[in-house]
Amino acid sequence: MAAMNVGARRVANRATDLAPPAATALLVLLAWEFGLTALGVQQFLLPRPTTILASLGEEWDVLSRGVVYTGGEALLGFVVGCGAGILAAFATARWMTAREALMPIAIAANSIPIIAFAPIAGAWFGSQNPSARVAIVTLLVFFPVMVNTVRGLTFVEPASLELMRSYGATDGQVLRHVRIPNALPYVFTALRVAATLAVIGAVIGEYFGGPRFSLGVFISSEAYVFRYPNAWAAIVLACVLGILFYGAVALAEWLVIPWHRRRQQAR
Amino acid sequence: MTAQPQPTSSSAPSGSSERRTSVRRVVEARGLGKTFDPDGAGVTALENVDLEVSAGEFVSLIGPSGCGKSTLLRLIGDLTDATTGEVLVNGRPARQARLGREYGMVFQAPVLMDWRTVARNVELPLEVMRFPKAERERRSSRLLRLVELDDFAGKYPWQLSGGMQQRVAIARALAFDPKLLLMDEPFGALDEMTRERMNLELMRIWRETETTILFVTHSIPEAVFLSTRVVVMSPRPGRINRVIDIDLPHPRTFDTREQRRYFELVIEVREALRGIEMAVDADGGRPDERIVAEGLS
Repeated sequence: MAAMNVGARRVANRATDLAPPAATALLVLLAWEFGLTALGVQQFLLPRPTTILASLGEEWDVLSRGVVYTGGEALLGFVVGCGAGILAAFATARWMTAREALMPIAIAANSIPIIAFAPIAGAWFGSQNPSARVAIVTLLVFFPVMVNTVRGLTFVEPASLELMRSYGATDGQVLRHVRIPNALPYVFTALRVAATLAVIGAVIGEYFGGPRFSLGVFISSEAYVFRYPNAWAAIVLACVLGILFYGAVALAEWLVIPWHRRRQQAR
Repeated sequence: MTAQPQPTSSSAPSGSSERRTSVRRVVEARGLGKTFDPDGAGVTALENVDLEVSAGEFVSLIGPSGCGKSTLLRLIGDLTDATTGEVLVNGRPARQARLGREYGMVFQAPVLMDWRTVARNVELPLEVMRFPKAERERRSSRLLRLVELDDFAGKYPWQLSGGMQQRVAIARALAFDPKLLLMDEPFGALDEMTRERMNLELMRIWRETETTILFVTHSIPEAVFLSTRVVVMSPRPGRINRVIDIDLPHPRTFDTREQRRYFELVIEVREALRGIEMAVDADGGRPDERIVAEGLS
């Protein structure tokens, strides 16, 4: 009984939390739909939401293939890049020499715009090969994930380490009981950034080549021939992809480190 | 083991040494010194310190900041290396004693893991020491009862007040039944009311568990109330200045702090510290302690 009440209250809280942003979004869409006509903005500059929705329906055959293809590139790059980033972070946190050799490079690489390599990546693998985009996405997400994970593994309260030392704990036990739990919030922060970067990397990578139905190629080619509502339909799908990626990471974070979110709420 | 502190046996500060010779020594430090950065312009934190603590004692280290009291505690716990001298804990060198889990440590900050519940924080040393799960749970529930936090076993540290968090830290330090408890200003961050309550609580735990406690503080009333002996230290370089036996009867209660003998001992410790302070011009006694002592004289 009590548990059900708590559950019901939680759902109700959730609903009241979601109401303001939902109302805002609806207002923006309505203003967009009716405000453009009132202000006399030309259709090709910014099509109305209903027009974009209609294009989405008309081009669905191509666009649905595009979402799967581009989403697949982004996902593969995300998994490979984040996996490699986390592994590299563990290696650098474990071995001092590895940290000295890798960290300055990683921090420098983290600050360069890797997306600038996108036109070159086509030359590495051939522009029709999805590996070109996967490589860009992998590079794009690798560095923030690695740098953040190293931070999480090494920025540990010194007193926690002394406490473990007083127990005569091994390095492995310190890693398991202190460093890894300490790093998880850092890792998830990086994964959120990486989720967004992955979709951006895949779409921009496709601006420089890819199959005709892929979202990036579709956006640039439709815009080139002034079929803007079609381009907008693909942009909307790219946004949906980005939100899905981000949402999946947020869900994983909520499941893996529930204490972190609750602690932040408590503050 | 059963060395209950003797009620009133003090004649002179050093008069109790015969008594201790018959009792098992938990801590023996000889010629202990610590110099930071010994190659460059070395800072001597501690010089030629001898200290013996017998089973069942409650010894406080007190002194102005920079007198090396925390360094001394950390040397005994093998959390830092000595430059000279040696430390034996239960007859074994400090390093072996640490690896043999001979002591529990409580810091000024509770140092609890935010991702573990209160009960699982208490179980942390037991997990490191590979106790079976059932035994871990049995011990954590027993210890949380001891520190009167059994209702909070499933809570997270950040849901607790500072005093409660420090009680969890004490329960954790006691989880593996160490014979020695090293406490580094454990109540330094708490307000005066909470601190007095924690002092009473610690007295009760000390008597119930028969642990030997070495306690760093810079509060004179706290040191006098808790200890069987107070070790007064002086800074630059840190060394032991005086040892004062505290002959207040046990069990110590709320009323202990209102006894004449208590005030006399507070003044004695305070005078010992003032001698040091006048020499080095450091800040020792806190304003409230001055009022207590001056109000009496």
